[in-house]
Amino acid sequence: MPRPMTMAEKILAAHAGLPEVVPGQLVECDLDLVLANDITAPIAIKTVREIGAGVFDRKKICLVPDHYAPNKDIKSAEQTKITRDFAHEHKITHYYEQGCMGIEHALLPERGVVVPGDLMIGADSHTCTYGGIGAFSTGVGSTDAGVGMATGRAWFKVPEAIRFVVDGELADGATAKDIILHIIGMIGVDGALYCAMEFAGSTIEALSVEGRLTIANMAIEAGGKAGLFEVDEKCREYVRARSSREFTEYHPDPDAQYKQVIHINAADIVPCVSWPHLPSNTHPVTESRHITVDQAVIGSCTNGRIEDMRAAAEVLRGRKVADGVRCIVIPATQKVWLDCVHEGLMDVFINANCVVSTPTCGPCLGGYMGILAAGERCISTTNRNFVGRMGDPTSEVYLASPAVAAASAVAGHIALPSDIA
Amino acid sequence: MQFKGTVFRYGRDIDTDVIIPARYLNTSDPAELAKHCLEDLDNTFTARVKPGDIIVADENFGCGSSREHAPVAIKAAGVSCVIAKSFARIFYRNSINMGLPILECAEAVDAISEGDVVHVDADTGTITDETTGAVFHAAPFPPFIQEIINAGGLVARTKAKLAAEARTGEE
Repeated sequence: MPRPMTMAEKILAAHAGLPEVVPGQLVECDLDLVLANDITAPIAIKTVREIGAGVFDRKKICLVPDHYAPNKDIKSAEQTKITRDFAHEHKITHYYEQGCMGIEHALLPERGVVVPGDLMIGADSHTCTYGGIGAFSTGVGSTDAGVGMATGRAWFKVPEAIRFVVDGELADGATAKDIILHIIGMIGVDGALYCAMEFAGSTIEALSVEGRLTIANMAIEAGGKAGLFEVDEKCREYVRARSSREFTEYHPDPDAQYKQVIHINAADIVPCVSWPHLPSNTHPVTESRHITVDQAVIGSCTNGRIEDMRAAAEVLRGRKVADGVRCIVIPATQKVWLDCVHEGLMDVFINANCVVSTPTCGPCLGGYMGILAAGERCISTTNRNFVGRMGDPTSEVYLASPAVAAASAVAGHIALPSDIA
Repeated sequence: MQFKGTVFRYGRDIDTDVIIPARYLNTSDPAELAKHCLEDLDNTFTARVKPGDIIVADENFGCGSSREHAPVAIKAAGVSCVIAKSFARIFYRNSINMGLPILECAEAVDAISEGDVVHVDADTGTITDETTGAVFHAAPFPPFIQEIINAGGLVARTKAKLAAEARTGEE
């Protein structure tokens, strides 16, 4: 019998062809998927060309132009062109042209590209998102991604795991976003450095798959290597509706060894906001109402899915964005966009005087489509609030859930939906 | 490898957005990236940095995005190596893979000050603060990581490995 293992250990062992692995062990693994975007792909492609062996499997490479796409300027156009030309040259199956694309981490689960049990690397730090459906996926740089594309293999240090057990009912108005902001606030931006984060408990089981993807997405903001959720019936249904691929479920052993097990009472998790300039600088919304905002951004790989759009629309319905505030709504994929149209959410957003953009990472990383001037403040459903993240180095980003961002856009200051009733 | 340079001393959680802001990521040209290295944290850095200089920082250096442009920008700016109490994991991988020497040594970080002249022997992990005379020893890399460094980075190691496999296949 192999030793009792965590989810991360089991997935890495299986892909290394080993019966068991231990934390700290360095292993070389076979990859199921390798991802890059328009910023990171050009360097990865250079790596592939330098190695000179082509790609290991054209069906297991994902290229998504989403950061500066639709092309922001001439340089960005050159970057997406390098990516497009490479995709065509190697007949990459999962290349998503502008018009078919979406923000990579919203797009790939939606299209059923990634399934539970997959081992995946991506040249984007939020590649950890797919842990929400039980895949071990982690962000790497372009060289790792390029070597992965060429060889189908990557090296990993087997991480220790921290298990977060969240039980009970969330406080009024709290969402998946508040769970992860609360946890990062508890443990800090390096609280899970080099570790896998495993999420469990009745609160987690009650979350939708989209909510789990939101939490897994931000594992990196605590320094985590992956954020993993066990596959349950909800997850199976989600995946089977989108993919015909067979998949393997890896459940942690009951006696697996964790670096730490942290129990959290869900009732302690309230709607919260991460103030500048770290995601760990978490404060309750009720202590943030004095902060006025110039802009709200609702979207991103963290909170740009249909449930997020619905939550924002519910608050914005029949209301107007406050004078002097810009509210930018970015459905994360073409499908989310279309669902918004069919569900009447576009009417809500436009009637509320929101800007609605085609899918792009745009403002989240200070790329375009909503850059902040000196001293401006933005409440945002994105994932980082570092200095200069969304524009001028003196601008400020406050991280929150879609409902809180929408309520703040209407109020003109950070607010709960119940504040604007 | 031996390095010697003047120290730029920074705090904890130096993120990749301040190392190289995303507004400059519409290119991957190292020289272009180097012009904007650390500008949102210290707008005097690029004007003051000289080839060989050393960055010394507290915990979690390089946290945030996976952009390899961050170690590329630091290296292209002329920095010879980075010494920190700890590195964010993607930055750590990227630095090893693309050949920016990094060392983890909390004692050295605590003792070294801005402007000190420091000598680093990356092979032994010995860090000497020539300004104060203090000597420190960084933790050695695991053998597997050292193998990548010795090969000249991940791409060189991969090429060598594939060539060796091809030779074995022919036999």
